[in-house]
Amino acid sequence: MELKSKKIRESVAKVFMWMSMIVVFGMVISVVWTIFSHGWKAMSWNMVSSLPGGGFYIGKEGGFLNAIVGSLYIVGASTVLGLLISVPVVFYLNVYLKSESKLAYTARMAFDVLFGVPSIVYGAFAFTIMVFFGLRTSLLGGILVITLLIIPIFIRTMDEATRAFPRDILDATYSLGATKWETLKVVLRQIAPGIATATLLSIGRAIGDAAAVMFTAGYTDSIPTSLSQPAATLPLAVFFQLSSPIPEVQDRAYAAALVLTIIVLILSISGRFITNKFSKNKI
Amino acid sequence: MQKSRIIKDKTAHATMFILTVVSILFVVVMFIGLYLKSAPVLRGESLWHLLTSSEWKPMKGEFGFLPFIAGTLWVTLIAILLALPVSLLTAVYLTEYARPRFRKYIFPALDILAALPSVVYGIWGTLVIVPFISNKIAPHFVEYSSGYTVLAAGIVLGVMILPLLVSLFIEVFSMVPKDLRESSLALGATRWQTTCKVVIRRTLTGVIASTVLAVSRAMGETIAVLMVCGCVMTLPNGVLDGCYPIPALIANNYGEMLSMPLYESALMLAALILFVVVLAFNLLSRIVLYRMEKRLL
Repeated sequence: MELKSKKIRESVAKVFMWMSMIVVFGMVISVVWTIFSHGWKAMSWNMVSSLPGGGFYIGKEGGFLNAIVGSLYIVGASTVLGLLISVPVVFYLNVYLKSESKLAYTARMAFDVLFGVPSIVYGAFAFTIMVFFGLRTSLLGGILVITLLIIPIFIRTMDEATRAFPRDILDATYSLGATKWETLKVVLRQIAPGIATATLLSIGRAIGDAAAVMFTAGYTDSIPTSLSQPAATLPLAVFFQLSSPIPEVQDRAYAAALVLTIIVLILSISGRFITNKFSKNKI
Repeated sequence: MQKSRIIKDKTAHATMFILTVVSILFVVVMFIGLYLKSAPVLRGESLWHLLTSSEWKPMKGEFGFLPFIAGTLWVTLIAILLALPVSLLTAVYLTEYARPRFRKYIFPALDILAALPSVVYGIWGTLVIVPFISNKIAPHFVEYSSGYTVLAAGIVLGVMILPLLVSLFIEVFSMVPKDLRESSLALGATRWQTTCKVVIRRTLTGVIASTVLAVSRAMGETIAVLMVCGCVMTLPNGVLDGCYPIPALIANNYGEMLSMPLYESALMLAALILFVVVLAFNLLSRIVLYRMEKRLL
């Protein structure tokens, strides 16, 4: 009797697990399919290669090249800045500080907390800072806020990769007379796949974020030519065009969302590829 | 030669130390910045009054946050209720049952869910979930619903936090040593019994901490929720009412707020509330998770 009931429970549990797995797959397919089926209809070469024309917002000709270029500017610049700041911090946490150091603990905690802070709060905070310094919504503001947003992602992901890195290699470099700074070359080579995954993750988050750039980068129909001009971004292009009552304009929102989705899909698939290729024992 | 190497090392050390400390201090700076900005509205009314009043009339200088707080709580609650069972079962299956080959298929799916931007979820919500609620679910309960409801926002948010929950749970479950599982299985327990009585019991605090972490993530989600929540400034009475969570409030009004200092201050207070809640939740759950990792590994 007892034996039977536990077998039954086992099977019931399995059924439920399969159901949740189906839910997960179903959601992925539903979201991606929705975007592709709606975006594909409105997609054309013109959309991704031209700026908004005169009557763009009432459904006349034009595309959203401004948003694509704006997003690329912001994401490119903030990724470079983010790497420049976070690689030294990760190196410091793992090589200069001992693993039981209070500072390392506090720093990891701080980055975990910063990782959890919603992007709208980053946006609001950056906005007040910009007002304080008399800056207007601009490309520079967008770049700075996105940099702040992705630094915690960079650090957390790279830190995880670096912690698994064998200490013996460090000891070997020290015994050869290297200073800690000089071991950087060795460490960097070892954690290169980790840096690559972190970069892809950060780009994905940076390009999809709308709440933070809404306050800081603003929106414009032209491609910014200097750091002080406002810049359009893809997520905001989707958001603003979707709120239009005109169907043609809404279709463009779907097309812009399709572009965004394709970029993100490529990033996430190549991220998984790198992880699989370089870390055999990781799930 | 020797000296320059040592100097280089010392300079690098100092620079890195400064960078690290500055980034830690950033949390504090953010709090102070938001607090200073929200001070004017706090001077006018007590915090308690602001949090419990539901009068939101910026033109008259009345700022009651209750509808927005209630909206945030409702939406988050629905999202967690929907996502928790699915993610728990998925994580259990992946760590306790699945063969490595099967994981190869589900992980990319979770990656994609985690990577999709929130506007994309917003579009999905308006095209799929909102009509579904308006046409299929709501008619059973109320006469008419546009579909832009607490429920729609909750479903969209639930899907968005699924990958986070699953990956946190997997991390927590894999902290349990293999020996424990094997001894339980050797005594004749089924996998499911082992899961419930060994793995989950052993990691219960971690599971709770992970859930709290996901709650804090859900609270701050802006654009997707904004697109499907209906933006109605009243207290929601049920899941089929519209609502107006705090992030949506901030995002929707950032343009107008500049003309009125008090309005801006009130919105910054909204951001501050969000920041403090998320900060507290994050600190708490991270400390629990760190402790657990130390205890189990």
